[in-house]
Amino acid sequence: MSENSPIIEMRGVNKWYGNYHALRDINFTVNRGDKIVICGPSGSGKSTMIRTLNWLEAHQEGEIIVDGVHLHEKMKDIDKVRMEVGMVFQHFNLFPHLSVLQNLMAAPMWVRGIAKAEARETAMKYLERVRIPEQADKYPGQLSGGQQQRVAIARSLCMNPKVMLFDEPTSALDPEMVSEVLDTMVSLAQDGMTMVCVTHEMGFAKAVADRVIFMDAGEIIEENEPVQFFENPQNERTRNFLGQILQH
Amino acid sequence: MLYADTVTSGPLVHKSGTIIVLMVVVATLLFTLFNLTGTIFGELMRPVIGEPAESGLYGRFATGLVVAILFVLNIVLIGFLKFQFQVIIVWLQLLVLFLAFFYGFDLDFNFIRSKVWFMVSQGVFTTLYVSAISIALASVLAIVGAVAKLSSNGFAYAIASFYTSFFRGLPLLMQVYLIYLGLPQLGYVINAVPAGILALTLCYGAYMTEIFRAGIQSIPKGQWEASRSLGFKFGLTMRRIILPQSLPLIIPPTGNQFIAMLKDSSLVSVIGVWELMFLARTLGNKTFQHMEMLITAALIYWALSMCLELAQGRIERHFRTKSH
Ligand SMILES: Nc1ncnc2c1ncn2[C@@H]1O[C@H](COP(=O)(O)OP(=O)(O)OP(=O)(O)O)[C@@H](O)[C@H]1O
Ligand SMILES: [Mg+2]
Repeated sequence: MSENSPIIEMRGVNKWYGNYHALRDINFTVNRGDKIVICGPSGSGKSTMIRTLNWLEAHQEGEIIVDGVHLHEKMKDIDKVRMEVGMVFQHFNLFPHLSVLQNLMAAPMWVRGIAKAEARETAMKYLERVRIPEQADKYPGQLSGGQQQRVAIARSLCMNPKVMLFDEPTSALDPEMVSEVLDTMVSLAQDGMTMVCVTHEMGFAKAVADRVIFMDAGEIIEENEPVQFFENPQNERTRNFLGQILQH
Repeated sequence: MLYADTVTSGPLVHKSGTIIVLMVVVATLLFTLFNLTGTIFGELMRPVIGEPAESGLYGRFATGLVVAILFVLNIVLIGFLKFQFQVIIVWLQLLVLFLAFFYGFDLDFNFIRSKVWFMVSQGVFTTLYVSAISIALASVLAIVGAVAKLSSNGFAYAIASFYTSFFRGLPLLMQVYLIYLGLPQLGYVINAVPAGILALTLCYGAYMTEIFRAGIQSIPKGQWEASRSLGFKFGLTMRRIILPQSLPLIIPPTGNQFIAMLKDSSLVSVIGVWELMFLARTLGNKTFQHMEMLITAALIYWALSMCLELAQGRIERHFRTKSH
């Protein structure tokens, strides 16, 4: 497959929670190697959208195609798709009963069937990558928030995913821990990982994003390159939103 | 333990108010309810009250007062000890009181001695293996039941909720009879022991279904989402992520159920399983020494339950230290 072929496509996607129209006619494409940042006010559907990409949430209308596979209700093997799509959550969601190392080895061993020794080697490689190899034998509850989130990133990387989804990975962290997680994400971007990030860290967006998407009320309002997006926002709502978050 | 504050007001039993109230209450109770002059205490008071049997109200009052003083003194002294020693001494004292109560029944200890070994070897063995097999099978049933009750499949939910409703709603004794006497009507003859195990399994499986369901439900949704997003299938998520985390919540009530089952297994004695209760009733029958056998069986049940309590405590501590 060529460098720029799409890994994720959404075409005319609509989603309802009961009567509530959560996603309205969403169209967008992520090419391999793209870094996309999604922002928007609370309740605008950012989480909902990113969670439809590995079908933690189902959509009702339109098409979602991930790595060439159409996601729909009757599909045989959603797990095949999910193995290739890493996801990092706001609240880390590490497995508290497993040590850090076991958290990292779990999916490769149990899902991919990789041998223990090899899984351990990969796990240690990624723990070094997120710069906490010394925490390997601790339990998640013994780590700081920033460390936990870096473990969560490493856990996803251990599955060697083709694309990584981040849903507000730093918004549950104390300010001094935000940068250690962002540094990890920046270095991941520099290594060419395909990334879709919901975040309000505009510094991160300016540094690595190829495109920034602004959502409001379940719609994509604006999509542009970071420089254009921040310096010359087209839409009134985008300007208001940027005005609010850049004040702080 | 409950939350222990840093500020304490000292032992309650060292406050003069408590001591006086305790003293008055105990002395009054002893004086009004019991005539202690006929006991060993009256005998010990002979230098003060003269011939105990003839000492009348004065003797009764004096003996009651002295016993009350001894009692309160005992409590005040225990108040000075450390927690562990307090527990041990109070336990022992209660045990002595309790045994003294049984001793008062004028039991035939030779008879007990001649039967106790048989009761332990035959009865305890049967009781334990019937309970152990039943609790193991009930746990399996409970996992299946819990998953069914949480599923969105109408059939699974209906069957599981019917099952828990039925077996929690009927007296266990009735279930035992229904299975033992009812199955043969359908042309399937079942022995007493399997019938007993089946009844206990079905009944406790129903209770434990609820325990497991609550345990599974208490695990945050994020654990499912993380597992599924890594490509875990349902069974793997359940086995490796959800159940291990709900164990610390499931084990205490399950231990409770096991202890209850140990004693409820006495109900299968009605269909002639040679467990403890059955032996207690039949061994005493010939010579009309029912009390001896019942008390012996009671103490054996108690001893078994205590062993289980200790085991449960250990397992709980193990899980508490593992998951922080
Ligand atoms: N499970 C659900 N059932 C019903 N409504 C939901 C559900 N999840 C989300 N919603 C609604 O959908 C809308 C979008 O929610 P979503 O979580 O995607 O917002 P968001 O942009 O991620 O907000 P935030 O920045 O606060 O995380 C909200 O109005 C929310 O109330
Ligand atoms: Mg969100």
